Amino acid sequence: MFPVFSQSRRVLGGLAALALVAGACSSSSTPTPATPTTAPATATAAPAITVAPTAAGITCGTAPVVLTAYFETGFDIPFKLSDEFTKQFPNVTWKISQDQFTNLMNATPRLLSSDNPPDLVRLPSMVSLVKDGLLKNLDGYVTSFGWDKWPAANLVQNRVGTDGVRGAGSLYAAGLNYSMTGVFYNKKLAAQIGMTTPPATVADFEALLAKAKTAGLQPIMAWNASASGGGLAFPLQNLMAAYGPTGPINDWIFQKKGATIDTDTNLTAAQHLETWVKSGYFPKDVNAIEYTAANSRFGKGEGVFMFNGDWQDAAYDKDMAGNVGFFIFPSATSGGSVAAMSAPLTYGIAAKAKNADCAAFFLNWVATNPTARQIDVAVGGSTPGGPSDLTVPPGPTGSVINDTLAQGASVAKANGAMDFIANATGSIFAQGWTPELQKMVGGKETAAGLLKTVQAEYLKELAQ
Amino acid sequence: MSAADKSMPEIILARSDAQTDEGQRQSRRTFRSRRARRETLLGWLFVLPALSFYGLFVLLPLALTVKYSLYRWDGFNVPAWVGLANYENVLTDPDLLNTIFNSFRLMIFFSLIPVTLGLVVASVIRRSATGSLGNVARTVLFLPQVIPLVAAGIVWSVVLSLSGIGNQFLTAIGLEGITRAWLGDFDTALAAVGLIGTWVLLGLCTLLLLTGMTKIDPALYESARIDGAGAFREFLAITLPSLRQEIGVCVTITVIAALRSFDIVYVTTGGGPGLATMVPGLDIYVLAFQARAVGVASALAVVLIVLILLVILPIQWLSRENGE
Repeated sequence: MFPVFSQSRRVLGGLAALALVAGACSSSSTPTPATPTTAPATATAAPAITVAPTAAGITCGTAPVVLTAYFETGFDIPFKLSDEFTKQFPNVTWKISQDQFTNLMNATPRLLSSDNPPDLVRLPSMVSLVKDGLLKNLDGYVTSFGWDKWPAANLVQNRVGTDGVRGAGSLYAAGLNYSMTGVFYNKKLAAQIGMTTPPATVADFEALLAKAKTAGLQPIMAWNASASGGGLAFPLQNLMAAYGPTGPINDWIFQKKGATIDTDTNLTAAQHLETWVKSGYFPKDVNAIEYTAANSRFGKGEGVFMFNGDWQDAAYDKDMAGNVGFFIFPSATSGGSVAAMSAPLTYGIAAKAKNADCAAFFLNWVATNPTARQIDVAVGGSTPGGPSDLTVPPGPTGSVINDTLAQGASVAKANGAMDFIANATGSIFAQGWTPELQKMVGGKETAAGLLKTVQAEYLKELAQ
Repeated sequence: MSAADKSMPEIILARSDAQTDEGQRQSRRTFRSRRARRETLLGWLFVLPALSFYGLFVLLPLALTVKYSLYRWDGFNVPAWVGLANYENVLTDPDLLNTIFNSFRLMIFFSLIPVTLGLVVASVIRRSATGSLGNVARTVLFLPQVIPLVAAGIVWSVVLSLSGIGNQFLTAIGLEGITRAWLGDFDTALAAVGLIGTWVLLGLCTLLLLTGMTKIDPALYESARIDGAGAFREFLAITLPSLRQEIGVCVTITVIAALRSFDIVYVTTGGGPGLATMVPGLDIYVLAFQARAVGVASALAVVLIVLILLVILPIQWLSRENGE
């Protein structure tokens, strides 16, 4: 049978990688003395070493331990965290291998099934690994570390049921941090169109878009070229969550039986997007704009708003220092519950791991230790998760990181985290959303047709 | 080596042939056959390294592709036999069929235009641009062959973007009304991708045809000129018929390039907008590595191979028949 693939963070992770590349490019071209936002934060992050909770005696012990790990190339977070971990627990040393995301996809099953699997591994996908019994069931740690008291939305994406459906059942992975998506805005341009506070409803937001258009500004900067995938899926999913509940959207992403994306509220959402397209709120060449180009154009002041995620924080800080803000996409009604696409940076433990307890202790430490949480925020720009009563350490002063963190908290409170609709199946983004959204831009697809076609593609892929 | 090698003992043996009896003749025969066998063996030994690589990296994958096309398989779980269902899928899915049609449309830009234009350019270079000017022209035209396609694709996507030099030029000459993101527009994306293909393949065709032209006897042109033939008549009566085989090679190479196009499309449009520039090569990649539908991807690959053969074989046959 064709296995179910739910690649959490595939799209978000890929975009984050692009963002890093973009950041590298801009830093080499602009010889500003400004150090990356990570530096000051890690420098100040030197509080007294606190020993993380050692629930039920699950620790790394005192005898020398070599944790083997398999990380994703291009992301500093796990490397920085492992360094700090060794600093705090000198008996633990690391043997780290790394690979690109696409290679991880291919190599992970073979690595995990080998006789000497990594203790800790970055998971590009989960369900098939769970089905093949390659991942350790973390339910035992959930109770002993008290993870069940953490916000449920943070764990739900890493749960897999016995029926192979993600979103419920046993826990098989934990997030090193949790990225958050929403709307970035150019503060100067927003002031120009009279935006003093973030919009409270979708109607408010649409009024701002109309004002921007009238003022001769580019209302939204976006990317929609195939090479980066249809970025219009970001506003579309935000609209879906504004007009309907997040549950059915997650069900669809998690491939629950009978789930459909072709619902009444989603149709309303798609119709709003279609209106935006027809009103010229997106750049007229949006179908040819790639992710990096969109960000650089937004950074140069083209576009009042941009739908994106907090992995882009540092790059925006650099391009438009002090001039960039962030809000979570509003609900349809004032005071309605807010939601956002948010995906964990997923790490799991091999079923045959030699140091499973120590690896689990590390995952718990990442979410609870103040220094680790600081690293999470400063390096990744994302919220570290963990218990909701722990304060999230602040990012550098004046950074948009603080905006995304503050706004992200409201989503956590509303339990409004969603996975990304582009991650529902391996190729629903490339074969479904992207071409359909491009057709909508080209006036060749309607809101209703878009949802129907994507649903048909979804069923086809599940059957393949 | 073999001609001289083989004939030597034959001569020696032939000289003594008259004095030999039946027994000797017998032993000579076994000697010859043993030698021939040894040479055959030696030959195989020389070919063996190349052959084993060919078998391992061409024939085996080909056979495996055919095998996978009969299964439903995600790449690492147990494959399930589905017979010809994947082929049925490929030949009935409008999206998949559309990719095949797109590659045929690309033939206009990858094959027809480069070969036609290549003939014209090569004739012009041969007639009027001898010496250093000809060398410069040849080098400039051939340059796209040297530049990696990925780099060329990136440069072209900048040139064809909304703010790119292409639209700047159009604006400068008063055609601002038609400026657009050429690679992102449903009406122009395939042609824009095709244009890049033309740019890449024109130099190759020109150079091949130019080389073919140098082999034509100049006396033919001379006598045609004495008969009062102009440049066009010369081209039709002498150049074109003499180049049938070269044209055959050009068409073959460019048609294959069109049918199996991947890199230019992958870099510039990724198959978009919609599926306007999706080609089988790219679809196979998406199906196999993103959708993990290895079976359907393999079936599409086999269909593509068959299609290429169906298109190429008549071209081969025609150019050979006529060239005789």
